[in-house]
Amino acid sequence: MSASAIIFYLISAFILGTGLFAMTTRKIFRSAIWLLFSLIGIAALYFWLQVEFIAAVQIIVYVGGIVVLIIFSIFLTQQSGNEMPKQPLKRVIASALAVVLGFGLTFLQIWKYDFRPTTKSFDWTVAKIGSQMMSTGNGGYALPFEVVSMLLLAAMVGCIVIAMKAAPASSTKKAQEKESSIEKTKIEITEPEISEA
Amino acid sequence: MSDVPISHILFVSTALFFIGMYGLFTRRNMVTMLMAIELILNSVNINFVVFNKYLYPDKLDGIFFTIFIITIAAAEAAVAIAIIINLYRSHRSIDVENASEMKW
Repeated sequence: MSASAIIFYLISAFILGTGLFAMTTRKIFRSAIWLLFSLIGIAALYFWLQVEFIAAVQIIVYVGGIVVLIIFSIFLTQQSGNEMPKQPLKRVIASALAVVLGFGLTFLQIWKYDFRPTTKSFDWTVAKIGSQMMSTGNGGYALPFEVVSMLLLAAMVGCIVIAMKAAPASSTKKAQEKESSIEKTKIEITEPEISEA
Repeated sequence: MSDVPISHILFVSTALFFIGMYGLFTRRNMVTMLMAIELILNSVNINFVVFNKYLYPDKLDGIFFTIFIITIAAAEAAVAIAIIINLYRSHRSIDVENASEMKW
């Protein structure tokens, strides 16, 4: 067994162990931290596969973005020291059974399938990825790129709308109050003129 | 590199997928369910990269799918957390059992 293979098995044991802890611990903040380690392990696996670009994207987006967002939401919604309530034993056993059987079935199919890996080296460069991402010709990804940019815009607008907390209703109420107060002052101004007349 | 067969890497991604499924089945807290979904998406990403590298090394489609999945996962997490925080404001709880107004 070469050093590369040993490193691979270490990385995969790390990923699976931390992932399992993230899904089974009952303290939610620890769960988020275990998830962080699992995602870093996946980035290490990408480094081991020598796709450094994806590893960098993984670290930037997942570790730097999503996990921080999750930790913020935990702080905003929970007492992070409290343990989550225990699940009923029936549900735990049923889901564990379903998961183990599903894993066995899927991995049996993978094990029996005869993969024929090619010996050619995987030649990717960031320049290649960029030019194919922007190309509109055969095999180009310009349309999905544009669709994803529209999706990100929609998600951004949607987040703002969801998080606004009924601001439009209160602002319209204030505006109505202002209008009515203006009308009152108008009436107050006009009333003395009438009495004088 | 070449002395690790492809099925061993697929073992890791499959196991990670089913760990995420276990979390999705057993957890009732929305934030932890979101974490389970992130694990599932990551296992799919590993699969795409490995298939691209080992079986079709002269193409780049697996890399593109991975990039798009990461992008969409980020957008999905942002929207989901906005919804969760809004739900917490109105219900004082982010347990899925307590948010059943729109169920029927």
